[in-house]
Amino acid sequence: MITIPAAVDVAALKDTTLLNMGIFGLFVAVTMVIVLRASRNNKTAADYYAAGRSFTGSQNGTAIAGDYLSAASFLGITGAIAINGYDGFMYSIGFLVAWLVALLLVAELLRNTGKFTMADVLSFRLKQRPVRIAAAVSTLAVCFFYLLAQMAGAGSLISLLLGISDWGGQALVIIVVGALMIMYVLIGGMKGTTWVQIIKAMLLIAGAAVMTLWVLAIYGFNLSALLGGAVETANNPAVLNPGLQYGKSDTSKLDFMSLGLALVLGTAALPHVLMRFYTVPTAKEARKSVVWSIWLIGIFYLFTLVLGYGAAALVGADTIKSAPGGVNSAAPLLAFHLGGPLLLGFISAVAFATILAVVAGLTITAAASFAHDIYANVIAKGKADAATEVRVARRTVVVIGILAILGGIFANGQNVAFLVALAFAVAASANLPTIIYSLFWRKFTTQGAIWSMYGGLASAILLIVFSPVVSGAKTSMIPGANFALFPLSNPGIVSIPLAFFLGWLGTTLDKRREDPAKQAEMEVRSLTGIGAEKAVDH
Amino acid sequence: MGNDAHTPDAAASVDFEQVQSTGQFQELRKRHRSFVFPMAVAFLLWYFAYVLLADYAVGFMSTKVWGNINIGLILGLLQFVSTFAITGWYVHYSNKRLDPIASEIRHEIEGHEFDKNGNRVGGANK
Repeated sequence: MITIPAAVDVAALKDTTLLNMGIFGLFVAVTMVIVLRASRNNKTAADYYAAGRSFTGSQNGTAIAGDYLSAASFLGITGAIAINGYDGFMYSIGFLVAWLVALLLVAELLRNTGKFTMADVLSFRLKQRPVRIAAAVSTLAVCFFYLLAQMAGAGSLISLLLGISDWGGQALVIIVVGALMIMYVLIGGMKGTTWVQIIKAMLLIAGAAVMTLWVLAIYGFNLSALLGGAVETANNPAVLNPGLQYGKSDTSKLDFMSLGLALVLGTAALPHVLMRFYTVPTAKEARKSVVWSIWLIGIFYLFTLVLGYGAAALVGADTIKSAPGGVNSAAPLLAFHLGGPLLLGFISAVAFATILAVVAGLTITAAASFAHDIYANVIAKGKADAATEVRVARRTVVVIGILAILGGIFANGQNVAFLVALAFAVAASANLPTIIYSLFWRKFTTQGAIWSMYGGLASAILLIVFSPVVSGAKTSMIPGANFALFPLSNPGIVSIPLAFFLGWLGTTLDKRREDPAKQAEMEVRSLTGIGAEKAVDH
Repeated sequence: MGNDAHTPDAAASVDFEQVQSTGQFQELRKRHRSFVFPMAVAFLLWYFAYVLLADYAVGFMSTKVWGNINIGLILGLLQFVSTFAITGWYVHYSNKRLDPIASEIRHEIEGHEFDKNGNRVGGANK
């Protein structure tokens, strides 16, 4: 039998703080140089928002993987598997399968019909102003939830990695992370942000690969033996079976269905992922991006399966839960167990870089949506020149950065994985029905789009407000109050079908008909790529 | 008015309704939809069947097959396999059945391009 080494001494982690900071500082320095070099020829709006459409499919695919493998994926899923066993693994399957929606139904058609933002596509053949505003509102809402999740994650990560446990110290680190992110986005635009994502994705996947091989080597490359080790340490054979987390009651089972629906339909509607498809020159490269990201993300989630059970076997669920940072600390603790302070420092730095990069991607998406959709097309009615638009985008970056810092300080300590799941639910409810309808349903009208987007957004957010996530349970945001009228913590199972229904109803009841010429143009463009197949001139 | 996303491009004055009604375009649309719709339905059904099994058939999923590897883990890993397989299949199908016809239509249109004054312009090069 394999002997289990002495448990990780959590107190010893503090000694590695300087090393962690040093490695993170190196990452910041290297990426900053690259961002500065990449941003030299950022002139036009297409440069700033879409990196001049100059990335290849494989580069963009790696950047998408970098965007997608957020701290919640890496730390959250590894931790979930370490604590809840099989149920954590099911999370990762939903996150992966979701990419097929993007590959088959959305990525290429969207690349062919839009320019910078999701609203470009949704308002293509409908009435510009109302649809653009609705699309921008839901883009900003999804980005906000996602940003909160990442910034809250930064707080809990800091408590573990830097040994800063007081609220003020953590707030200071959140401010530093936010300020760095603002600098990246202001200087680098989409090009700089993409490079940060690419570097971070490669570091993250390489780090996870090393740890995975290491764990497997300990168990003689025998998955069954690794699982046996997890059962032995946990002293509970149920870690290998579904239901440890979600099988408690009928409500929790339904909640898992709801989560599964939101995960699988939300990915292809996340605005910061959609925007990445515009950084490549052709639809074929957009397809190649998705194929790359599916492979990278899939392989990474296979790693997290080994890492999660490895942490369960080698570190133990009790040690993980009692460490500062709780569930999220499984991966860093495993790194410390395997490779001591140096590997911990590397993994911690990568985790920080992850937060930084994802936050930068979200910020540029939100800023592009505000500047391009709200300012240029609604406030200035399409008369703003590109330079003014980019100036507005840059100012928006600063505003959003400050909001993210403040939100992160107040959301510090919230459960990261659940905030991300909410972002997915809002995206799947508010965006996906309208994306699908406008790409595939000839008769779809403006009223259908408006009803579906606002209906999906409002129902998702209201159901969250009246769910056990906000009140009525020990783990709620407001544990003292109880107005949890809705029993599930994920709204997807209600709000997604509702949004699809509202889109159909609004269209059926609409007396106005949309311009058939515009419909024809959108369909022909989306399938053939006419007019969208070349890199933007400089 | 209209969409500003594409105004300064090579296809500004194309009669899209006419293109849409051609047999060639209809064929492209049919080929695209007859692949992506059934495939999307199939993988969603397979994913939700898996989630339902994990949710409500815990005993079945916990059946050990080999060592500590149970049916749940095998089905979960098969989700990865099917995702990779569908990805590969779609890429193959697009390269063989969609891309050639799409670029044919594109070249035909962009080759017969007129600017706003009715003068013929040089197709793809604007």
